[in-house]
Amino acid sequence: MLRITGGKVYDPSNGIDGAVKDICIADGKIVADLDGGSSIDATGMVVFPGGVDVHTHVAGGALNFARGLVPETQRAARKFLHTSDRRSGLGGMTPTTFATGYLYAGMGWTTVNEAAVPILSARHTHEELHDIPLVDKTSLVLMANNELVLDLLEAGEIERAKQVVSWLVWAAKGYGVKAVNPGGVTAWKWGKNANTLFGPVEGYQKVTPARIISSLAEIVDALKLPHPLHLHCNNLGVPGNVATTIETMKVIDGHRAHLAHIQFHAYGGDDWSSMRSESVRLADAFNAQKNLTADAGVVLFGNAVTITADGPWQHLLYELTGHKWGNLDVENETGCGIVPYVYKDRNLVNAVQWAVGLELLLLIDDPWRICLTTDHPNGAGFWRYPEIVQLLTDAEFRKAQVKKLPPKAQQRIVLADLDREYTMSEIAILTSAGPARTLGLSQKGHLGPGADADVTIYHEKPENGRFFTSPRYVIKGGQIVVEDGDVRATTAGREFVVHPACDDQIEGYLRELFPKVYTMSFENYPVEIERLRHAQIQPCL
Amino acid sequence: MPVTLVLKTPPPVPLEAELLTPDAIAERSRADICALPVNLGKRRMRLDDFFDVDGERSDEIEIRGDASRVKWIGRGMTRGRMLIRGNGGMHLGSGMTGGAITVTGNVSDWLGAEMKGGTIRVQGNAGGQVGAAYRGSLNGMSDGTIVVQGSAGLEVGMRMKRGLIVVGGRVRDFAGLQMKGGTIVLAGGAELRTGAWMVRGTIVALSSISLLPTFAYACTYNPTFLNLYAKHIATLGWTIPFDAREGGYRRYTGDTCVPGKGEILVWTGF
Repeated sequence: MLRITGGKVYDPSNGIDGAVKDICIADGKIVADLDGGSSIDATGMVVFPGGVDVHTHVAGGALNFARGLVPETQRAARKFLHTSDRRSGLGGMTPTTFATGYLYAGMGWTTVNEAAVPILSARHTHEELHDIPLVDKTSLVLMANNELVLDLLEAGEIERAKQVVSWLVWAAKGYGVKAVNPGGVTAWKWGKNANTLFGPVEGYQKVTPARIISSLAEIVDALKLPHPLHLHCNNLGVPGNVATTIETMKVIDGHRAHLAHIQFHAYGGDDWSSMRSESVRLADAFNAQKNLTADAGVVLFGNAVTITADGPWQHLLYELTGHKWGNLDVENETGCGIVPYVYKDRNLVNAVQWAVGLELLLLIDDPWRICLTTDHPNGAGFWRYPEIVQLLTDAEFRKAQVKKLPPKAQQRIVLADLDREYTMSEIAILTSAGPARTLGLSQKGHLGPGADADVTIYHEKPENGRFFTSPRYVIKGGQIVVEDGDVRATTAGREFVVHPACDDQIEGYLRELFPKVYTMSFENYPVEIERLRHAQIQPCL
Repeated sequence: MPVTLVLKTPPPVPLEAELLTPDAIAERSRADICALPVNLGKRRMRLDDFFDVDGERSDEIEIRGDASRVKWIGRGMTRGRMLIRGNGGMHLGSGMTGGAITVTGNVSDWLGAEMKGGTIRVQGNAGGQVGAAYRGSLNGMSDGTIVVQGSAGLEVGMRMKRGLIVVGGRVRDFAGLQMKGGTIVLAGGAELRTGAWMVRGTIVALSSISLLPTFAYACTYNPTFLNLYAKHIATLGWTIPFDAREGGYRRYTGDTCVPGKGEILVWTGF
């Protein structure tokens, strides 16, 4: 039992905006009041619900491949030494599992969503997620290039496709459905891509990227999954791709959808030399479509490792940079590419990318519909979120940064014209309340009675002058796990999964089909729920 | 007076002695030097558990004994002199930026790996990856000089960017692998695939070596720069020929499969 007294509470879900108020915790939950127990004096501090990351890549085969691909950054990475209550690990661009938990919790984040899981790698992914302590986890299943699903769409069997998606989500013990470059990754297996939404996908006559998107959005809504279709649009990273993104919004046709890392999808221009920000156009279209949510996918200057299921894009990036390249998962129900990357402020394209992420965060008017992410580790490491918060809350600082960009880049962006500054309450929405709502995790992202007791407490005016950089306390499930940036206790996190309704017949259909298209036995394919050691089934809507 | 370290008995497993550098020792008293931490496996020990220490506060260090299982000697050193009377272990002079190391015996792999400056001389043989990039890194040594009088192992100068490596004896496969610049002088020949994937830089072979088919013959000549460079190399105690009356260099460009603009110069006057 714990009482937090004297702190200014920012709990936007419950309409609390900086009021001084006690927060009471019992049995890992927030309660209205309690007698006795210990207390924390949070005078001069601010109290936020624990951070929620709606889109990150922290576990699985691709991450492991990336760890192996960049030993040079691992050597230079922050080292976590083994102590009596902490496991050893490495930070860096692709932190090891235990270190991932320490870094997230150390920053005040208590829930993360692993955004791309191929079903064949799901077992491994859950093993890694289990080894990420301190944070609760969800994971999304890659579906937009799954041939079982695409074949059914080709045959026009949308109802059966729905049943298959439902079965696959439970088989992978996923939380939602992810679509990456719909059709494009399938085409990649033929060495091609899908650049237009309405042309047939390589290997199919009727299936188009638009059809995959609209069908999956419809299926996710019909299955009443708590998180909408999580969509990585076609033509990621390509100059002029804003047209594709806006077309995609129309194709979704009123269904719910979450647009991932929209920064990478808001470019104008015809080629790399003419690339410019189209954040105003994208934000206008997005603001008008209330069925959509998004995350920013901000780019910060410095090292990154690009990891995405978007195999064809990664091949292009490899050809552009000449850096290392990993191409994997083409034998899976998806593809994957990995290319280490350095974003440089003197580079025109990188400077535009940096600005676009911030512009979208400032131009999208409803903070409930846009979440703070860097698409870790694609745009920057997740531990750099405090830098983004500083850029959003301090317009003067932000404009000073814009002035450092090459003059040519400054002409391609609108960031210098934006005066908006995020309020404390809006930061709480952006980092916690909003992503929790977007994920459909009603017990997260707020401090009302019944919520999970995940609380982050910051000094309002820290000695280093930089608010938000290191929390004074982080409380996870009612237990103090971080004090002054140091991990004090390492509790295991839970994994939320969904079990959507599914027709009993569909297993028979898949059992018959399976030996013809897979090389493993059907019985070994689904991940047993017992494999997840801290699983909790989240109800569908 | 130099600080003298005499190895009591060679350690049973490799000893990691990253602080065995002039930088760490120059300002320390004898007692502090004795207490410098070294790692034997997972156990943290003291330097004087393995060495008899004599002298203090000097950036000249002399190590005596068979230190072939002592790793990281001179790691990242920026100044001073180290003399190793005996053998040295892996990663000797790794990442060093200045100063000089002399080894009278043999050394192991990763000699001067990713070094940025300074001079290393080895009177015996070296292992593999001399002046190379560590696994994953894009660049190997970026400046400095390594002279090995004996032979060397695999991947000598792998991904090196600048600087000079001279090997008196024979080197094994893949000398100059993915080399990006700098110079390697192979005085005693090489095994297979010398210069594979090299992008730029110069490999000077003073004896006949087998070449990859992706190196194209350009001409036979006596490059002017070698005339100058020979004078520099002479200060290191080596002579390389450049007199047209004695012979010329056959120039091969490559590796054309990258495609690269490096060169292998093979002396014809032997």
